[in-house]
Amino acid sequence: MSILVDQNTKVICQGFTGKQGTFHARQALAYGTKLVAGVTPGRGGSDHLGLPVYNTVRQAYTVTQADASVIYVPPFFAADAILEAVDAGIKLIICITEGIPVLHMLRVKAAMAETDALLIGPNCPGIITPEACKIGIMPGSIHMPGGIGIVSRSGTLTYEAVHQTTNQGLGQSTCVGIGGDPIHGMNFIDVISRFQADEQTQGIIMVGEIGGSEEEEAAEYIKKHVTKPVVGYITGLTAPAGKRMGHAGAIVTGGKGTAEGKVAALKAAGVEVVNSPSNMGIAMQQLIANG
Amino acid sequence: MNIHEFQAKQLFRDYLIPVPESMVVTTAADAVVAAQTLAGDSWAIKAQVHAGGRGKVGGVKIAKTAEEASQYTAAMLGQRLVTKQTDATGLPINSVLVEKTSPIKREFYLSLLVDRHEEKLCFIASAAGGMDIEAVAEESPEKIISVFIHPAAGLQFYQCREIAFALSLQGEQIKALHDVMSGMINLLVDKDASQIEINPLVEIADDSIVALDAKINFDDNALALHKDIIALRDTEQEDEKENKAKQFDLSYITLNGNIGCMVNGAGLAMATMDLVKLKGGTPANFLDVGGGTTTEKVTEAFKLIVSDKNVQAVLVNIFGGIVHCDVIAQGILDALKQIQTDLPVIVRLEGTHAEEGRALLQGVAPNIIAADNLDHAAEQAVSLAGARL
Repeated sequence: MSILVDQNTKVICQGFTGKQGTFHARQALAYGTKLVAGVTPGRGGSDHLGLPVYNTVRQAYTVTQADASVIYVPPFFAADAILEAVDAGIKLIICITEGIPVLHMLRVKAAMAETDALLIGPNCPGIITPEACKIGIMPGSIHMPGGIGIVSRSGTLTYEAVHQTTNQGLGQSTCVGIGGDPIHGMNFIDVISRFQADEQTQGIIMVGEIGGSEEEEAAEYIKKHVTKPVVGYITGLTAPAGKRMGHAGAIVTGGKGTAEGKVAALKAAGVEVVNSPSNMGIAMQQLIANG
Repeated sequence: MNIHEFQAKQLFRDYLIPVPESMVVTTAADAVVAAQTLAGDSWAIKAQVHAGGRGKVGGVKIAKTAEEASQYTAAMLGQRLVTKQTDATGLPINSVLVEKTSPIKREFYLSLLVDRHEEKLCFIASAAGGMDIEAVAEESPEKIISVFIHPAAGLQFYQCREIAFALSLQGEQIKALHDVMSGMINLLVDKDASQIEINPLVEIADDSIVALDAKINFDDNALALHKDIIALRDTEQEDEKENKAKQFDLSYITLNGNIGCMVNGAGLAMATMDLVKLKGGTPANFLDVGGGTTTEKVTEAFKLIVSDKNVQAVLVNIFGGIVHCDVIAQGILDALKQIQTDLPVIVRLEGTHAEEGRALLQGVAPNIIAADNLDHAAEQAVSLAGARL
């Protein structure tokens, strides 16, 4: 098994006919993802990439009963798109969009607290279960079905972890990019707890970075609940305090959220923390070989 | 984005948060006029720069006569102020705030920010005003009060009372504090500010409450929604290279080292900096060329890195996903046509079209070095940069 998505997951795409939506929907279809429809307000009734386009998520959901929606709309429309998907009854929402105002996300999270819908992102690469379902902007070709669950705040570092676990012959169960924004959907614990419960997943790689306290909270969770081997990598040791390092969420403020603190917390929880991004795959290989 | 104190105080006035009377000036002569216009018997002369810690380094002076106001203003204007929050070159003082002094009885700290853990707006208050709040939080956390605002319920009066009683405010002062806190929330929400800080908020002789300082940060992601806030931008207070990078939609941050880094993805860019450090070097910058990059952007990124005189080697680290490695390679080649450089350029390409990218760079020039993996690339960059010093 995998977590969250598999070969049966039916997906719709919001912002389907736009440049980003079109490009990545085409890639998802080529990968074999069960993309069943798209939504672009005002384009309802037409076809795009051989799939029906609907004006609203509710219409798309009523017809397709989709399990998930992926969002490629511009930042100022993204909060609206997420809440439209929630309201229509979609249970898994993946928002790729980067640059959403933080107050928009506060409202989204407050509204979502009353529902059982899950949000991945925003400002993330998405989620993939290799050779089953690719939802997002990751390059499908580097993945291989296998036993490692990967969860990360960074897109390209997820690809590094994927590439390395593929080269080691370990492969991946599911990879989840939780995104680089300060206010976002699923966090490390939400994903790691599912990896712990997933039979296919034999080991977990988590990639964190400066800012916030989710890595520290994950460390506490791992200490208490995770029996599978975990490799951790944290970026931002050399980042100056008070500066946002590309990701809106990657900032050390008031001495909080430092890389040193996160590394220490993970080590104390028994996580194998690597100090080079090149060593994530080999470290996992060794942990698994040593049983 | 940051703004100046005088701009923040104008926004405070718009939101009915009490501030002292003041005038912003750009000449010593105007400082005299300001002092005379404001009346009173002394004025704070405050350098307008985008950094805190001004008082300790001569950026705030108290003038007792109009003549002194003129002298202090003349001494500040045109200088650069170095505080613990700036780099060693400091920030230019192009304007000065002349502000009527307040008969202070007590100083408090009050700020409003987005708390990412609670996912709510949060007020932070302390009776230890005028001090470095981070130091207070570190040494005596019991002196810090946090109050979270429910997004649907909004600010409640009891929450103001909690802070008011903790600060030993009473009677009419509680209502006054409520007005300040309401103003802060309305301002933050209307203008998509990410943080508003008043340090100090003061109780003055007549028991009223006044914001003596004002600091506002705005959410860069929301700026395009607020033309009035964009108009407040002072690019002279910002890093020139960082602003140049923004024009090309590149994310760039200046650092102090000598190894220039060009990377795709913010996480990988930070990881590359860390790896340089791990191998014994120091990174000159953070640079994320982004996902949907083009040869033009790569060329500009490369030129930007090389324009830093400290740079002794350039480390290019690309994991091609959406970005094709041959696009990156072509961008580097285009940049090298435009600028002559003998700096070693160590290139690590992996992922989509990596082989095509490596082929493009093969044998182009002796200083262009293709690395077979990331660790080797960082090691080579550090040793080659070291050899040039």
